[in-house]
Amino acid sequence: MTFHPEDFINPLVRDLPPSGIRKFFDLVSEMKDVISLGVGEPDFISPWHVREACVYSLEKGYTMYTSNFGLPELRYEIAKYLDQRFGVPYNDQKEIIVTVGASEAVDMALRTICGPGDEVIIPEPCYVSYKPCVRLTGAEPVAVPTYFKDEFKLTPEILESYITPKTKAIVLSYPNNPTGAVLTREELAAISKVIIKYNLVVVSDEIYGELTYEGTHTCIAGLPEMRDRTILISGMSKAFAMTGWRIGYVAAHEDFIKNMVKIHQYTMLCAPIMGQKAAIEAFRSCHHEVSRMVEEYDQRRRIVYKRMKDMGLEVFKPQGAFYIFPSVKNTGLSSEEFAQKLLKEEKVAVVPGNAFADCGEGFIRCSYATSVKQLIQAMDRMERFLSKQFSS
Amino acid sequence: MKNKVLKLLECNGRISFEQMAVMLDTTVEEIEAIVKKLEEEKIILKYSAVINWEKAGVEEAVAIIDVKVSPQREVGFDAIAQRIYRFPEVRSVSLISGEYDLSVSIEGKSMKEVAMFVAQKLATIDHVLSTRTHFILKRYKMAGVIFEDEEVDRREVITP
Repeated sequence: MTFHPEDFINPLVRDLPPSGIRKFFDLVSEMKDVISLGVGEPDFISPWHVREACVYSLEKGYTMYTSNFGLPELRYEIAKYLDQRFGVPYNDQKEIIVTVGASEAVDMALRTICGPGDEVIIPEPCYVSYKPCVRLTGAEPVAVPTYFKDEFKLTPEILESYITPKTKAIVLSYPNNPTGAVLTREELAAISKVIIKYNLVVVSDEIYGELTYEGTHTCIAGLPEMRDRTILISGMSKAFAMTGWRIGYVAAHEDFIKNMVKIHQYTMLCAPIMGQKAAIEAFRSCHHEVSRMVEEYDQRRRIVYKRMKDMGLEVFKPQGAFYIFPSVKNTGLSSEEFAQKLLKEEKVAVVPGNAFADCGEGFIRCSYATSVKQLIQAMDRMERFLSKQFSS
Repeated sequence: MKNKVLKLLECNGRISFEQMAVMLDTTVEEIEAIVKKLEEEKIILKYSAVINWEKAGVEEAVAIIDVKVSPQREVGFDAIAQRIYRFPEVRSVSLISGEYDLSVSIEGKSMKEVAMFVAQKLATIDHVLSTRTHFILKRYKMAGVIFEDEEVDRREVITP
């Protein structure tokens, strides 16, 4: 009897669709002189303080495992940061786990709370991993669309209309990738009323929290009655430009944490110590660098927003993260057609909005985590491209 | 707003008023007025480029001279500093803390020329007690710019 590996694939895994971005990535990789607005990570390199601290720790011989929860000094810094920066206090001994990026934290949180028979609400468009992570738990992801007219904010009315007796949790990710949407304190409060009414758990991915441009980021965990039912996830990647270090963290009620840490200890053991050492330094000495980077993103955001508006794209001013999500519907092209044509004719890479959700069709995601010089060049090319589209 | 304008100009002296207005979310008129005022108040002294002269193939000798002086009654270090900074060879003069009093940077066509200037002009000024000359051999970073920066964009072209 011949052996077919295919026959042995877990159907949950087999049926996961591959990322919609992959195909486009291959296309872009083959081309030269492309300006990519398709990158979902900072263009800044990690602050030198952070890199230097890591080198020093290696020289000192810090190459071992850490506690499953993460280095106590790092948990202390995380707790202090969450409290001082966002007003959400957590116990650094019992309520925080250092994870391998926020991605691991998302997976861990969902696996800890969901299983077959459960439904998890996922407002879309959103980061590509939530749906697959929910599927892997055996639970059912329920996509809830958000709309351009609402600046892609989740509204309480729409949320409520998708809740069923099976609904157990909701994944919130604001500031949002790919839309740049942010929920204000009032908007979060309105949503939290629905969440409390139906007794749901919130998995809140706040990795872009620092990158909020008008006002300060609000943690939903800081709202009345929300702390215990919220699993707050964030990390070093976006705020501190530390993507490759893979250091994230999760803060939640002790009962969530003590169960989540079981998954973490059996699958990951701990986050790499080099990254943890670097993260400690980031918290201690890089706040100035963070505000400098945020200010720069903000300036680029204004440039890109104005240029896009001027060239006739329908677009709203993003309030967070480093993405802008204009509509390309008035060109008569689909997201993918637009992205491919733009790449071929003007060598600018953007990500088609449908890679993030069905309701992302008709939009493109442009990242402004790129130098001003490159951005302006990309905008010039895009403008030329559009004027050809509109005149033909 | 004033400091934000200054920051942008410090990074890029050639940035346009239009672009600054967009980046700082204000009007071109406001930016124009701010810059004009900054120039009038001599907060902005001049616009210049940061140049890697070595790469341009231009020979130059630059030295940093520590100067010890005896301060004078009523004018302190200011009068002696002025005597020094009036020389066109002198690029910068600062009052410093520590063992010496003034840090003077001098540019010349050759090391000899710089050394002669120090010996003949600088060291002979009244109240200059002693000098110590350090020639610059290689520049790594100047005005916040790293000369041979090898940090390129190594990110994947498309990531979620």
